[in-house]
Amino acid sequence: MKILVPVKRVVDTNVKIRVKPDGTGVDLANVKMSMNPFDEIAVEEALRLKEAGKATEVIVVSIGSDKSAETLRTGLAMGADRAVLVKTDAARVEPLAVAKLLKAVIATEQPSLVILGKQAIDDDSNQTGQMLAALLGWPQATFASKVVLGDGSVDVTREVDGGLETLRLQLPAIVTTDLRLNEPRYASLPNIMKAKKKPLDETSPEALGVDAAPRLAVLKTVEPAARTAGVKLGSVDELVAKLKQAGVL
Amino acid sequence: MATLIIAEHNDAHLNDATAKTLTAALALGQPVDILVAGKQAKAAADAAAQLSGVRSVLLADGDSLAERRAEPLADLVLSLAGKYDAILAPATSTGKNVAPRVAALLDVMQISEITKVVAPDTFERPIYAGNAIETVQTSDKTLVATVRIAAFAAAATGGNAPVETIAAPADSGLSSFVGADLSVSDRPELASARVIVSGGRALGSADKFQEVIAPLADQLKAAIGASRAAVDAGYAANDLQVGQTGKVVAPELYIAIGISGAIQHLAGMKDSKVIVAINKDGDAPIFQVADYGLVDDLFTVVPALTKALAN
Ligand SMILES: Cc1cc2nc3c(=O)[nH]c(=O)nc-3n(C[C@H](O)[C@H](O)[C@H](O)COP(=O)(O)OP(=O)(O)OC[C@H]3O[C@@H](n4cnc5c(N)ncnc54)[C@H](O)[C@@H]3O)c2cc1C
Ligand SMILES: Cc1cc2nc3c(=O)[nH]c(=O)nc-3n(C[C@H](O)[C@H](O)[C@H](O)COP(=O)(O)OP(=O)(O)OC[C@H]3O[C@@H](n4cnc5c(N)ncnc54)[C@H](O)[C@@H]3O)c2cc1C
Repeated sequence: MKILVPVKRVVDTNVKIRVKPDGTGVDLANVKMSMNPFDEIAVEEALRLKEAGKATEVIVVSIGSDKSAETLRTGLAMGADRAVLVKTDAARVEPLAVAKLLKAVIATEQPSLVILGKQAIDDDSNQTGQMLAALLGWPQATFASKVVLGDGSVDVTREVDGGLETLRLQLPAIVTTDLRLNEPRYASLPNIMKAKKKPLDETSPEALGVDAAPRLAVLKTVEPAARTAGVKLGSVDELVAKLKQAGVL
Repeated sequence: MATLIIAEHNDAHLNDATAKTLTAALALGQPVDILVAGKQAKAAADAAAQLSGVRSVLLADGDSLAERRAEPLADLVLSLAGKYDAILAPATSTGKNVAPRVAALLDVMQISEITKVVAPDTFERPIYAGNAIETVQTSDKTLVATVRIAAFAAAATGGNAPVETIAAPADSGLSSFVGADLSVSDRPELASARVIVSGGRALGSADKFQEVIAPLADQLKAAIGASRAAVDAGYAANDLQVGQTGKVVAPELYIAIGISGAIQHLAGMKDSKVIVAINKDGDAPIFQVADYGLVDDLFTVVPALTKALAN
């Protein structure tokens, strides 16, 4: 069985982003980009299933510009077998469009399991997996912290507000990863070299017949109200006095 | 037309997140109905009916809705969607799970975690772990949005809306519930607590976390939170993680203990009214957002603070 893992190229999690002063967005010129951390977890999970003999092929897919090919190479270097780039130079591809494009890729690839990240750390939307599941009419298990593949079904433990919950999904199914599912491996140098030779196919929204135009207009992007540093106090008693003064005790 | 809210509740109790979502919904300026989907959820529906400003409560009660799995719940919402031009859910794990599924089936984009209603079609929402605030406008036929509950005050009670029972959807059998391991605690809920005491990696073990953090939380009648590092290390349960990828909170008082203040953590707590940081490293970034700081060893300061508060 095949596993498909959509991976997104995002600003690296250690970058302190800057909002453009004219309110038109976030300055992405010359900032370090990486695979979305939740997607690394998704790739790792797929690879573990393959290594355990439960999957035959792991395919990574990314939607974005030529640069997203780098992110796909990262997935291939981790151990994925093949990659598909849905190439678009659009500045913004919204989750609904991403889900439609993935649905079109899935029609050809026919995976039994699709593992996505629960959220991309740039837009923080937390939607794509759920939307994809809806469009395919497949069951979904979001925020996974444990995935156990059975015969024709998958048991997924989810991190929910009150604790943990386990669902059984009939395959084919959609899973989205949470932080504690696994610790993703780093690609070794030999594997990075090998990844350069692995197949990376290219397609486009036009070729897939999907209208990827955004539905939302971003009117402006601003910095949040800044919080100013307060005071460092000398003792516990001073702290208690300040908290009483502030009326929060 | 009207606005539909997907209520957050556990059948017996209506979660505060619903009343907060109602505040956002009322700002849209249309009549608001609340959908309570569950099993034996009459109590939650009655509580929703008492919220002020609600036109009616729809109670869907049945086996398929017992755990509020995404597939049947989305089917139910979809069957009602024709009567609404806005559908809101709180950005809880249930809301975040189901709302995008509804949006996709309606062929509309979802707006995630709105923090402000600028106009009925225009909203503010944080991106990049709260380091930028985006104003977005939708032109979709139906608005589907999740509401960041820490950003809205709870609507008042005192209403008396009618409760109408509607049919629960059939179960497609695509998913089934296996079990749950839910935290039981007498403490206030993290998402709506007035005071939060939060511990980080510096606590060093689950035992120390309990030993140091719990007495202070008891003293303050506070909820307990944690950094991702503390949760990853097993010092605290996953549902206690505060941050970009955990819970977003805005209590009156947030006490960060042995937490460095990574941007992902700040994203979840920097809108708290008063922030206290206890960290032995005076250069830790947490001090850049803290109103009051103590640069000291937490293992001496926290017990001392607990004791001082007891007096
Ligand atoms: C996708 C993903 C991204 C992560 N990103 C970070 C991160 O940015 N910062 C972080 O502290 N933990 C990060 N972690 C967690 C990290 O992998 C470890 O679980 C955590 O730091 C505990 O480290 P340790 O127990 O191995 O050693 P420790 O002794 O606790 O860690 C040693 C130090 O190394 C640094 N460090 C460890 N991992 C990373 C990393 N991936 N990137 C940058 N610095 C790192 C930290 O400063 C840490 O204090 C990430 C985990 C995942 C799955
Ligand atoms: C994709 C992604 C998502 C993430 N999401 C989240 C999230 O939602 N929430 C979150 O919290 N993090 C999140 N992180 C992790 C985040 O980047 C940090 O690694 C994490 O918040 C660090 O936790 P910490 O402050 O407890 O640990 P550390 O950064 O290791 O800080 C420990 C602090 O304790 C202090 N200290 C040590 N000993 C003592 C002592 N005896 N007394 C007093 N102080 C002491 C140290 O000076 C230090 O400042 C995420 C990371 C990634 C990559």
